[in-house]
Amino acid sequence: MTTAYTIQDVAGPSPRSLMWRRITGHVGLMIGLGGLAVVVAVALLAPWLAPHDPYAQDLSRRLVPPVWAEAGSWAHILGTDALGRDYLSRLLYGARVSLLIGFFAALGSGLIGTTLGLLAGYFGGRVDAVVSFLVSARLALPVVLVALAVVSLFGGSLTVVIVVLSLLLWDRFAVVVRSATKQVRANDYIKAARAVGCSTGRILVREVLPNLGSTLAVVGSLEVAHAILLESALSFLGLGVQPPTPSWGLMVAEGKGMIFFDARLVAIPGAAIALLVLCINLIGDGFQDVVAPQGAS
Amino acid sequence: MAAFVTKRLALALLVAIFVSSISFSLMFLTGDPAIAIAGEGATEADIEVIRRTFGFDRSFAVQYWDWISGAASGDFGQSFYFNQPVVELLAERMPVTATLAVFSIGFALLLALPLGILAAVKRNSLADRLSLALATVGQATPSFWLALMLIVLFAVNLRWLPVSGADTLAHFILPSIVLGYYASPSMMRLTRGGMIEALRSDYIRTARAKGMLPRTIILKHALRNAVLPVVSVAAVEFGFILGGSVVVESVFSLRGIGYLAWESIGRNDFPTIQAIILVYAMIYVCLTFLADVLNAWIDPRIRVA
Repeated sequence: MTTAYTIQDVAGPSPRSLMWRRITGHVGLMIGLGGLAVVVAVALLAPWLAPHDPYAQDLSRRLVPPVWAEAGSWAHILGTDALGRDYLSRLLYGARVSLLIGFFAALGSGLIGTTLGLLAGYFGGRVDAVVSFLVSARLALPVVLVALAVVSLFGGSLTVVIVVLSLLLWDRFAVVVRSATKQVRANDYIKAARAVGCSTGRILVREVLPNLGSTLAVVGSLEVAHAILLESALSFLGLGVQPPTPSWGLMVAEGKGMIFFDARLVAIPGAAIALLVLCINLIGDGFQDVVAPQGAS
Repeated sequence: MAAFVTKRLALALLVAIFVSSISFSLMFLTGDPAIAIAGEGATEADIEVIRRTFGFDRSFAVQYWDWISGAASGDFGQSFYFNQPVVELLAERMPVTATLAVFSIGFALLLALPLGILAAVKRNSLADRLSLALATVGQATPSFWLALMLIVLFAVNLRWLPVSGADTLAHFILPSIVLGYYASPSMMRLTRGGMIEALRSDYIRTARAKGMLPRTIILKHALRNAVLPVVSVAAVEFGFILGGSVVVESVFSLRGIGYLAWESIGRNDFPTIQAIILVYAMIYVCLTFLADVLNAWIDPRIRVA
């Protein structure tokens, strides 16, 4: 009787499949990823999914109630807003604004914060002191107020909001990347790279940065969520994305005046923001658990 | 300790100076503040008059020095829109925001401490999971939306609380709940972590062995050690609450500093905006400085770093 052993039987599952198992076994992470996938799909497919043009006004069909109300109909599943625009179509298109701003603001702030964090963690000393000074200064500035003031000077638009948030949300990236870089720097392969004469730039990009992937993913997802929340607040206050663009924060602001008669106009877009942000936070928290199962931050 | 305090104080001062220059230069972001103040349809002559009146024709350094030396002696200049000294405006509006901030931090502690303790004592229990869920959902909910939903529920449907305004203390309940809810997750996590660590320590085991009541152990021995870092985070959260109050104050029509900021931003009232950003930043710098000193006083290991 002979038994054939394969490599897998002896060595156990590969690190990759172990990681995969941890990811698929994490309930919160899977819920978050599933939810985000739905929103991304909605944003991409909005022109095909939306039953109506999100900008088309029909003043004869203003404030049509949703399908579950007595006077509602399937023509407007979530009803219409005060200008007779189909609410479901606006909601679907609104996902685009949130995701675009969340993604690009996190990307921009990630670039700034990661660069500062890498420099501070790798060089230490004076460079570190300057970066921590910049972080303290950034934290002292009230984000919402500064963002409001700057957006109001330049006029609200997607680009302005993305640039302003990029310049304001880099602090967590810098702090986390700095301490991670400090740890990586102590490794022997960094010393080896320096010994063979690699340039500092090459060491930072080729040796240090690849080790920060999971850290960046965790902070990145939290900052995407942060940026989405801030965009909605700016748009709600009238100093973010401008009408008639369908932004969820703006939709809440537009529905605010009718909140005592028709709370649906406020409840629906706000719930959409909360659910999207919740999903992204679940991904961030879940990813943190998966890469550092001991709960060490 | 003295060396540590001096070093921190110097850092705080540097940050304060740097941040003040940022809040001052916000006005010059678009190039010429005179054009922004004049608004659309102003002629070149109008703009020139404004430039002279407000002294924008002087060098940036001179203007900054003028502003910051005035600010240091409590003179933030004249509000363009309200036509009264900015200091007066701030003094008028501060009580509302201060009340709101104190109530909010109180609510946050009221929520975070018991839940954090419960979560630590009964780890992985239903209570632990529930408090985690409460914190996670809270961090995802936009504050303006939570505020509006609470208005619909408590002010319109149940008619328990007033919708907006700041006439009575009851007007502060809903806004404080909204702001406090946002400040609570970090404190909750810190309470839980601190309690878990404290409950593991030797002196708690000794207390248990002596047969002390669990309640005495938890509330007197463990909490005392767990609560101190929470106090310093509460100081920092207080700063965040002030910054976040602009959204909540505008929803509830609370005429505090946040509302003033919103009004002046919409009207390019630069002296007021600059003063509010500066004052908020200074409050934050002071609070973090105090929190640092407090931490160093409690835990001597920090003083070395």
